[in-house]
Amino acid sequence: MTAVYVETVGLAAPGLPSWREGSATLRGEHPFVHAVLPLHTPLLLPVNERRRATPAIRLAFQAAEDSMNATALSAASLATVFASSDADLAIIHRICLALTATPRFISPTDFHNSVHNAAAGYWSIAAGTRAASTTISAYDGSFAAGLLEACLQVQVDGCDALLVAFDLPAPEPLKPTRPIAFPAAVALVLTRQPTAQSLAALSCATTAAAETPLADTALEQVRLGNPASRALPLLQRLALRRFEGVVLPMAAGANLSVELSAP
Amino acid sequence: MNPLRISTYTVTSAVGAGRAAHAQALRTGATGLRKQEFDTNTLDCWLGEVREFDVPLTGALADWDCRNNRLAEFALNQDGFLDAVAACRTRYGATRVGVFVGTSTSGVQHTELAYRARDPQSNALPAWFDQRRTQNIFSVAAFVALRLALRGPALAISTACSSSAKVFAAARRAIAAGTCDAAVVGGVDSLCLTTLYGFNALQLISADVCRPADSARQGISIGEAGGFALLDPGAGSSLALFGYGEASDAYHMSSPEPGGKGAIASMRAALGQAKVAPREVDYINLHGTGTVANDNAESRAICEVFGTATPCSSTKGWTGHTLGAAGMVEAAVSLLAIEHGFMPRSLNTRIKDPAIEAGILLETRFEPLRQVLSNSFGFGGSNCSLLFGRLT
Repeated sequence: MTAVYVETVGLAAPGLPSWREGSATLRGEHPFVHAVLPLHTPLLLPVNERRRATPAIRLAFQAAEDSMNATALSAASLATVFASSDADLAIIHRICLALTATPRFISPTDFHNSVHNAAAGYWSIAAGTRAASTTISAYDGSFAAGLLEACLQVQVDGCDALLVAFDLPAPEPLKPTRPIAFPAAVALVLTRQPTAQSLAALSCATTAAAETPLADTALEQVRLGNPASRALPLLQRLALRRFEGVVLPMAAGANLSVELSAP
Repeated sequence: MNPLRISTYTVTSAVGAGRAAHAQALRTGATGLRKQEFDTNTLDCWLGEVREFDVPLTGALADWDCRNNRLAEFALNQDGFLDAVAACRTRYGATRVGVFVGTSTSGVQHTELAYRARDPQSNALPAWFDQRRTQNIFSVAAFVALRLALRGPALAISTACSSSAKVFAAARRAIAAGTCDAAVVGGVDSLCLTTLYGFNALQLISADVCRPADSARQGISIGEAGGFALLDPGAGSSLALFGYGEASDAYHMSSPEPGGKGAIASMRAALGQAKVAPREVDYINLHGTGTVANDNAESRAICEVFGTATPCSSTKGWTGHTLGAAGMVEAAVSLLAIEHGFMPRSLNTRIKDPAIEAGILLETRFEPLRQVLSNSFGFGGSNCSLLFGRLT
């Protein structure tokens, strides 16, 4: 299959609050310092939707907007793939709690925000795009599964695509049942054709090989703390412009081998 | 695109288990919807409950036990589907067959049960609650891959009520790119209080039975279902996916764009990809939820693309709205219609809403069909249209 080009990266994770700052840390220009990610205000959203946007949607927007800031491509021109293991466990918690009460009252806004594709819906409204959009889950392999789906959209359907992976911690009492240590989101803009600013050409294949860890122990903890930050080995190669392969966790028996080359 | 052959398929809903039960009920007009009890539901509504499946998973599958995976297991056991997958696995190898499953709520009913069983002192969830293997959206796809011993790419698609239509598109892309040689696609969603009380909060649940396109329709009846198809370019079957279209409304989280612009885009994309003209589509299986907003917007979209003559109907009067499984259920209905040569009527529709100008079928018609389009739309403004046909 043809290659896919990485146009830009977006990042929002503890100590890695944007691609500009996070890529410098991933290159080793300064040490990683864990810092809580501030709550993002998605300026692209109309006022009504901004008011209703949950922390999960804001987190997805933070990385998506970060990736869009560095490209001349219009958000309206991009198909989207959103990848999240659990999307919004805070809403699942509120609904399941409400269902134990009498009378049972679920907030209508909570219910429409509870769909796994809520962030994708808000994004299509913000970007004003009728382009194709999908939302997937593959537990801790969600980033790789989303990357594969986004690459296939570019290669087979011939569109440029925005991939957004995000997950955030569950509230109690769900928290111990789904360990997600902190909020994190990663976005990639992927194109069919190389542009003046393409970071790399990328190709994906399934593999039985084991996933690539990070050498830095603090960053390795970030990688393992959230399904979205499982992308960090790929992001580190992109930050360093080091054109070599990485293996990302995807599904049982089918990890994702990602080869990078000069664009 | 080149048509992608569908080796076999199966569907289980309130109508019954397997293809034959559906082909029979769709021709005779026997609904699967009932006014009945479910869990501790107190809402006055009709439900599409699948009968006689709710038995615990055991052995190696015991950790995955929840209503949704029980339904997946029951659905996989119909129509010789397990044997067909086994033959496909032998032919291509387990790592070359992908798994793509659509669901909207996966095993969240298990979480509802766990919340009722919280420890009164510590508030902790009970030890039996396994979030990864039940509630998590990927659970049902991982369960299906495990159950079928498939080790190719596996993912869950969760775009509300278009989820299990979109699995056909994702699987077709993966096969076209050589990521896998064949794929199991499917949709499974099971009854839970989350969706019952959630749709009730949005005032979309009807106390009356679901009456798509009826002038007095009041909303949806929720159902549950599981269904699967085996997509295999090397299959001998003549049934095939001819095209798919995916589009967004960019309008509202829980209301369709009133002019059906997203639906128009997805239908035109499916037709364009298949290089099929609107007049070559013999029947359209509508999303047709039975809400005022959905049925009006979808009719406007149909009239824009097809005019008012193309026969169309919603089959949710039989199954209820099976949410994340609806795409797969209605793909199966479309394939049954082609195989058996009939167009099911719009069940429970008494007087067609004058605002709906699309060619709603009030009587079932029996004639050969070449191509059938199936629409599935979801919250978040997610639209997917699938075009099925028979290869000659």
